[in-house]
Amino acid sequence: MNIYQDIILDHYHHPHNQGIISGRSVEVSNPLCGDKIKMMINFEKDKVKEIKFEGVGCVISTASASLLTDYVKNRSKQELKKLDSKFIIKLLGIDLGMNRIKCAVLPLEALHKLLV
Amino acid sequence: MMNLKNLFPIYRNQPNLVYLDSTATSLKPKSVIDKLREYYEEYSANVFRGIYPMSEKATTEFEETRTIVSKFVSANNSNEIVFTRNATESLNLLAYSLGRKILESGDEIVTTIMEHHSNFVPWQVLTSEVGATFKIIDIDNEGYLDLKNDKLKILKQIVTKKTKILTLTYVSNVLGTVNPIKEIISTAKSINPNIVTIIDAAQAVPHLKIDVQDLGADFIVFSSHKMLGPTGVGVLWGKERLLREMYPFMYGGDMISEVYIDKTIYKDPPHKFEAGTPAIGEIIAFKEAIKFLNKVGMKNVNEHEKILTKMTIDKLNSTFGEEIRIYGPKNIEHHNGIVSFSFGKYHPHDISQILADNGICVRAGHHCAMPLHTRLNLPATVRVSFYIYNDEQDVERLIEGLKRVKKMLKG
Repeated sequence: MNIYQDIILDHYHHPHNQGIISGRSVEVSNPLCGDKIKMMINFEKDKVKEIKFEGVGCVISTASASLLTDYVKNRSKQELKKLDSKFIIKLLGIDLGMNRIKCAVLPLEALHKLLV
Repeated sequence: MMNLKNLFPIYRNQPNLVYLDSTATSLKPKSVIDKLREYYEEYSANVFRGIYPMSEKATTEFEETRTIVSKFVSANNSNEIVFTRNATESLNLLAYSLGRKILESGDEIVTTIMEHHSNFVPWQVLTSEVGATFKIIDIDNEGYLDLKNDKLKILKQIVTKKTKILTLTYVSNVLGTVNPIKEIISTAKSINPNIVTIIDAAQAVPHLKIDVQDLGADFIVFSSHKMLGPTGVGVLWGKERLLREMYPFMYGGDMISEVYIDKTIYKDPPHKFEAGTPAIGEIIAFKEAIKFLNKVGMKNVNEHEKILTKMTIDKLNSTFGEEIRIYGPKNIEHHNGIVSFSFGKYHPHDISQILADNGICVRAGHHCAMPLHTRLNLPATVRVSFYIYNDEQDVERLIEGLKRVKKMLKG
């Protein structure tokens, strides 16, 4: 199956939650391909109130960041800590080869660092 | 233009294949695959051991490859040819067996910013362990080593009497730059006659006629699998005097002459560096790759790649204009068989993935040359590379593929 589905390309061209907010932030990168993502977050009690990201990346990492940041809003830290790579693959809804999984999970790596 | 695709069985099994990643590894002709099968089916014995005919046949075939390799690069004799697993292992062998022997605190090793990690990290580690200095020759904006003005003036500033080793690549695996190795070596030796020179020829021996006598280097390294041969076979060519002075690399097996409770006597080079059972079948089949290249003629190999390189650069520029940025020398005489580029704002991994979906194999990433990409201020590039089986259709398919990339990603 082609991984460049319309929905993925749509998130790549028009990413949700892209931008800057003040709050906790973290930057992660993949030196292999140069992808870099900065993620910013604010909590209300235990739940995600707002989240934004910015950075450079490929279609997969950008779409993954867009979809993930949509998903996490109003969810609890506890719940989000459980998310893993399988969840990301399901969220993207595409069949990723072993070389592209790293692109897809980069935003999740950033999120996990913000939950600690 | 040569058409050799029918001699490479993979094209029969994958009729849609556009293989443009020969810098990573080359495809294999039928004669090489047949020779591998011949060893495994007809005389698959160990070498140097058995008195029985099968082992003698294997040993003869094995040593015949050494002779053919030595003639291919114009070595003095086959004792100067050491078999390793790959060019990376040849370089690590040199860092370990030569570097530890001659390098002392306060000495220097000089290399360049365009090296593959294999010719960078072993020396970085060695110099830091010994307390020596690791010096790097830079490149200019066009991708030449930064020493062409004023007769290698910069080289004269970097190489000193303290420089024990100068190690550099013949052809950049990213930029395709062909370095003026002969001039660099003679200049370095005029500054310091005792300097040991090592050439990473992994991207050169498959594509250019190499004569080690003419080059003036002390060591060159290359890999069988990048020149139509099997994987698992590397070559280290070195001057016999230096090979004798060096420490062994690994101990045991075929490198031993005599062992006593208190000491061991090693064999002479090249066997001194070949501990354990080697890749026998692969080394035997490697000679068929060299025979193939000799039949085609290295001059024709080089001409063929030049035509494809020029065609690709011209078509990329004429089709995509400003959106394409090609790295490396503009003069095709200094640019060998490799075209690395950026395309618009599209990510190299997306480009190569969409090309892959259309049967086109290219490489995306930093191509094991991270210091170079950092120097170019690029995280990654797309790399296309050619060999004797590629033709105009492959270039056409690449251009069509890139049009599809643009259509899909432009938004």
